[in-house]
Amino acid sequence: MIETKRPKIELLSPGLVEKIVDEGLALLERQGLFVENQEALRLLEAAGASVDGATQRVRLGRGLVQDCLASTPPIILMYDGRGEKSYLVGGDEIHFNPGSAAVTLLDHKTQKERKAKTRDLIDFYRLVETLEHIGFQSTGLISSDVPAEIADCYRLYLGLLFSSKPFVTGTFRVEGFKPMRDLLAAVRGGEDELARKPLAIFDACPSPPLKWSNLTTQSLIDSARAGIPSELISMGMTGATSLATISGTLVQHVAENLGGLVICQLAKRGAPVIFGGSPSSFDMRKGTTPMGAIETMMIDAAYAQIGKHLKLPTHAYMALSDSKVNDAQSGIETALGAVLAALAGVNVISGPGMLNFESCQSLEKLAIDNEICGMAYRLISGIAQREEPIALDKFEGFKADFQFLTLPHTRQWYRKEHTMPVLMDRDPYEAWVIAGRKTALDKAHKDVKDRIKKSGLPPHPVAKRRQLDKIMKAYARSLGIGSLPTTGF
Amino acid sequence: MKKETLFLDMHKAIVDGDRARAGELAAEAVRAGLDLVEVVAKGYVPGIQKVGELWEQGEYFLPELISSAEAMKAAMAVLEPELQRSHLRARTSGKVVIGTIEGDIHDIGKNLVASMLQAGGFEVFDLGTDVKLDKFIEKAEAVGADFICLSALLTTTMVNQKRFVALLKERKLRAKYKVLVGGAPASQKWADEIGADGYAENAVAAVKLAKSLAPGRS
Repeated sequence: MIETKRPKIELLSPGLVEKIVDEGLALLERQGLFVENQEALRLLEAAGASVDGATQRVRLGRGLVQDCLASTPPIILMYDGRGEKSYLVGGDEIHFNPGSAAVTLLDHKTQKERKAKTRDLIDFYRLVETLEHIGFQSTGLISSDVPAEIADCYRLYLGLLFSSKPFVTGTFRVEGFKPMRDLLAAVRGGEDELARKPLAIFDACPSPPLKWSNLTTQSLIDSARAGIPSELISMGMTGATSLATISGTLVQHVAENLGGLVICQLAKRGAPVIFGGSPSSFDMRKGTTPMGAIETMMIDAAYAQIGKHLKLPTHAYMALSDSKVNDAQSGIETALGAVLAALAGVNVISGPGMLNFESCQSLEKLAIDNEICGMAYRLISGIAQREEPIALDKFEGFKADFQFLTLPHTRQWYRKEHTMPVLMDRDPYEAWVIAGRKTALDKAHKDVKDRIKKSGLPPHPVAKRRQLDKIMKAYARSLGIGSLPTTGF
Repeated sequence: MKKETLFLDMHKAIVDGDRARAGELAAEAVRAGLDLVEVVAKGYVPGIQKVGELWEQGEYFLPELISSAEAMKAAMAVLEPELQRSHLRARTSGKVVIGTIEGDIHDIGKNLVASMLQAGGFEVFDLGTDVKLDKFIEKAEAVGADFICLSALLTTTMVNQKRFVALLKERKLRAKYKVLVGGAPASQKWADEIGADGYAENAVAAVKLAKSLAPGRS
């Protein structure tokens, strides 16, 4: 059998990859980074970086960066809440997860954005739990019925109660890390076990250009020490917070992400790090950051290629849209992003469900995007030879009334070769009219309701749920918050 | 150089976003002892108005717009001390104190709004990022501001916009200033909820909003 090709795209020539990395390293050496975190500055200085304490500016030599690259694992094994199923993050494996930390939910009934509440987060988690092609959860919505101070921790708490998939999440405040880590360790049965079998990835964003804030730097340090993978989310906006050229933005991306990687490795050698990002092609008319722009996706696919060149797991914000509702634009941008990300072999793809510049989640879009992700998976599984010979022997006895439908070969292969999306319309016209002229969105809404209804009970035993409750309540109390919304358990 | 030619050059320097040239021409006007109020009104302001038109027509985008705003700033930096010496004021749409609120270090959106307001003829006092609530009030009182603009990118720091409006009330200064809020998590609903005077989704909308609320001084 001839080996099946894994369809793949690479946007950069090998020479350009080398050049971008080289300039990124030179940028760290010459201009350096601003690091607004004392502990990181101490670690960097001790490792031989040139630190100007007064300006918090750090210049990193190539040797240090390369040394830290060498100690960063090329792959990460994430585990589900039960600690049973593992997910390889690395190589050309891909895992979709909903875009993270939306501030609003698109209400299907009103078709307007509104703030999400505890009930919405629970529906969101229960829905994602059932989506076949969305491998990871994300703390994709922020609950407005709890005070902002505990919002980062609370969304993870609800997620862990109602889901068993691995999580992509992150802190909003330095203080949020500890209770979030405690929640994860409680699910896993201890901190060592959590380090051995990571359950969540923590996003940490540098502030372009070339700055790591106190909050995000602390998240890198804390995560590295807890064995929690850090996802480095450099996010240059072309012409606004990074150079207007795509290649120029990539140089800065490399410098910012590698700066974060060095901090992780100095906090703990061998700490898992993901080369991610959320850059965008800045819209010079509107002053917005379109995630659905083809140029944004080009930057994403290109830095993922660079991440692979550096032998690091990769991440991108793709398979999402800037549209405000589920319309043609949302389908186009999401599908383009999902397909390109899959072809580029981005390991963690954050985006499904998201609208409006990473700010709004839609449950209906999640259901539609699940199908898009399924198509992307099918695409990258490629075209296999399947049999030897491929076809010749099947035509033996070929006559005018030759039947393909009844061939054993058809029954043997059609389900393996072809997927059957349920939300895409494939009805003949009359049948579509009789069925009520339903759009993909109409069908998605019903699908969402059905899925939430049938999604199983939370995966953890009662004792574990109580432990999660205890950690959450103690954290809320420590901030003077007496009561939390009811979760129905 | 004839006055009219000079005005045309000033106009061009602003439209081209040529910071160095805009400053040089201002210095030339000072040296020549021209009426500086007229220089602003007939040289520079028509330039920035033209830039606004080009923006509206879709000819100019943010890089051109901001470059022109910067050129305007360079010219005014030369002219303003001279005007002050003669106790004169250049025409402005109003005074704005702007900053990214306490706890937040994101400044791209705030910078865009500040530059756009400047391009729109406002006198802008930019306090930078992570600005303590008191600092906004101090500055607004000191310069006699008309507007206080608060930017926040995080849901966690957005609450400080609410605290700020409350603080203004507490100090019995609420009626004195128009408070405008912006930033990714903010919205018109949020502005209404916290009792701000307005919300703008982007820098262009911010200028329109401020002009609509400006104290009849355009």
